[in-house]
Amino acid sequence: MTRLLDVAGLTVAYGGIVAIRGVDMHVDQGELVALIGANGAGKTTTLKALAGMLTPASGSIRYDGVEITGEVSHRLVRRGVALVPEGRGVFARLTVHENLAMGAYIRADRDGIAADLDRVYGLFPRLEERRAQTAGTLSGGEQQMLAIGRAMMCRPRLLLLDEPSMGLAPLMVQKIFEVIAAIAAEGVTILLVEQNARLALQAAARGYVMESGVITLTDSSAALLGSEQVRQAYLGE
Amino acid sequence: MNVAAWRSAPVVRGIGMAAITLALAVLPFILASQGTAWVRITNLAILFALLSLGLNIVVGFAGLLDLGYVAFYGVGAYTWALLASPHFGLHLPFWIILPTGALLACLFGLMLGAPTLKLRGDYLAIVTLGFGEIVRIFLNNLSQPVNLTNGPQGVTLIDPMRIGGFSLAGSHQLFGFEFSGPIKYYYLLLLVLLAVIVVNLRLQDSRIGRAWMAIREDETAAKAMGIDTRNVKLLAFAMGASFGGIAGGLFSSIQTFISPESFVLEQSVMVLAMVVLGGMGNVWGVVAGALLLSFVPEVLRYTVEPLQKSLLGQVVVAPEVIRMLLFGLALVLMMRFRPAGLFPSQVRRRELESAGPA
Repeated sequence: MTRLLDVAGLTVAYGGIVAIRGVDMHVDQGELVALIGANGAGKTTTLKALAGMLTPASGSIRYDGVEITGEVSHRLVRRGVALVPEGRGVFARLTVHENLAMGAYIRADRDGIAADLDRVYGLFPRLEERRAQTAGTLSGGEQQMLAIGRAMMCRPRLLLLDEPSMGLAPLMVQKIFEVIAAIAAEGVTILLVEQNARLALQAAARGYVMESGVITLTDSSAALLGSEQVRQAYLGE
Repeated sequence: MNVAAWRSAPVVRGIGMAAITLALAVLPFILASQGTAWVRITNLAILFALLSLGLNIVVGFAGLLDLGYVAFYGVGAYTWALLASPHFGLHLPFWIILPTGALLACLFGLMLGAPTLKLRGDYLAIVTLGFGEIVRIFLNNLSQPVNLTNGPQGVTLIDPMRIGGFSLAGSHQLFGFEFSGPIKYYYLLLLVLLAVIVVNLRLQDSRIGRAWMAIREDETAAKAMGIDTRNVKLLAFAMGASFGGIAGGLFSSIQTFISPESFVLEQSVMVLAMVVLGGMGNVWGVVAGALLLSFVPEVLRYTVEPLQKSLLGQVVVAPEVIRMLLFGLALVLMMRFRPAGLFPSQVRRRELESAGPA
């Protein structure tokens, strides 16, 4: 397996306050990896740094064999790194269709874009029903679908998902995770950040556990789900 | 044939265009018959339309609230004034000064844009407001140690627009008609306005236009779409400023006298009011807003006094007072009944229909 993402000693600070320290992690080509942890552990900061929205204080990020530390977000999107931001961030006053079209901003291949649009509507039939509706009028779950669909429109190789289950009804969470699995099955590499540890570990092959800005544990999902430490701290058992 | 198909028939469209062209062509002569002042008022209204279209790029398209827009107008105006007046003894042709003014305004736009990239909303508004004031204060005080701007006295005897050897000031006899200075400027301004409208419409539908829209709606998401938000925002400031600079140059050539007093905060606020009233982001709406806010106070100026005389026998309230009062009332009513502007852009109209997005 080739490593698509390789992170070593990543440290990010806001002003003088260190948010994450010395994070080591990797994601292989085609893998679905979960990053779990409590609120404020530094998961979103990690993801933002990987997406080029924050500049790391130190450490290195290698993507597809190339050093991308400090590379800005819009260049990373062109390399195939797509972030679905926390809280979804859909363009509320644009229609579903316009949101998806905006997702293909960096592309110019009309036929390819049209094909991907069909693919996204195939993944989320609900979005096709609502294509002329403005995104702000969608339910939370539909907005999450739209955010993921929009990220798929730039044909990512690495999809960074930030808390896709946040604030959603259980049934909707299940649906979102089914789609995440479907996207992973298509060969898209996914790094999934979640507070809902059980769901995330059930979907992922491997997982990292983050606590106060530091990776404290990493193992296969099965092992993490069985570990006493994870069960007590994150699965509420 | 139904009405829609009938309307879009090429012949009908052609006749419509011809009728509008003819109307715009004879308009200054009709206005001139009521007094040359009306032609001047129309010219100023077109200048404000130019300014509004420039500001619309920044505020309407990119969603960046700019309260110091008049600074770029001032830069363009002073560029013309200093390069074509006895002040420095320079009398350069318009095809050098106008682009220079646009370029300088563009640089000022970048100067304002670069340090404010991370600011949004209220914070951006305050910084831009300060920027406008700084430029005005500089214009006021740059008479020492080297007399650059001639301070509060302003620059006088500015050259009018000359195209080849043809001056737009003064009267000309052409085809048996009397073309006064303001009438010639009217045609020039109309052509410039049409060009700027075309550029704005093109921009709106372009890739850049979509990037601006994305930034306006959600900057973080725009970044995640692969939009270089820094450059795209700077471009909005630079382009908006350039249009302001061109309008400023034309203002100088028309007025032949300028002083810092023409570039005060109230002007920025007025241009912003035009953009908001017409409908932010909608090119035609913005033009309509500018024309309306330019004409209505003038019409009131000429009707308030005679009306009072005929009704009450004397002038009770000074026209100036009642004019601003009615003006304010109109704005309040506007905001109550058409908060997205008279002609809202498609996206903003949706916001109202969906009664506020989540």
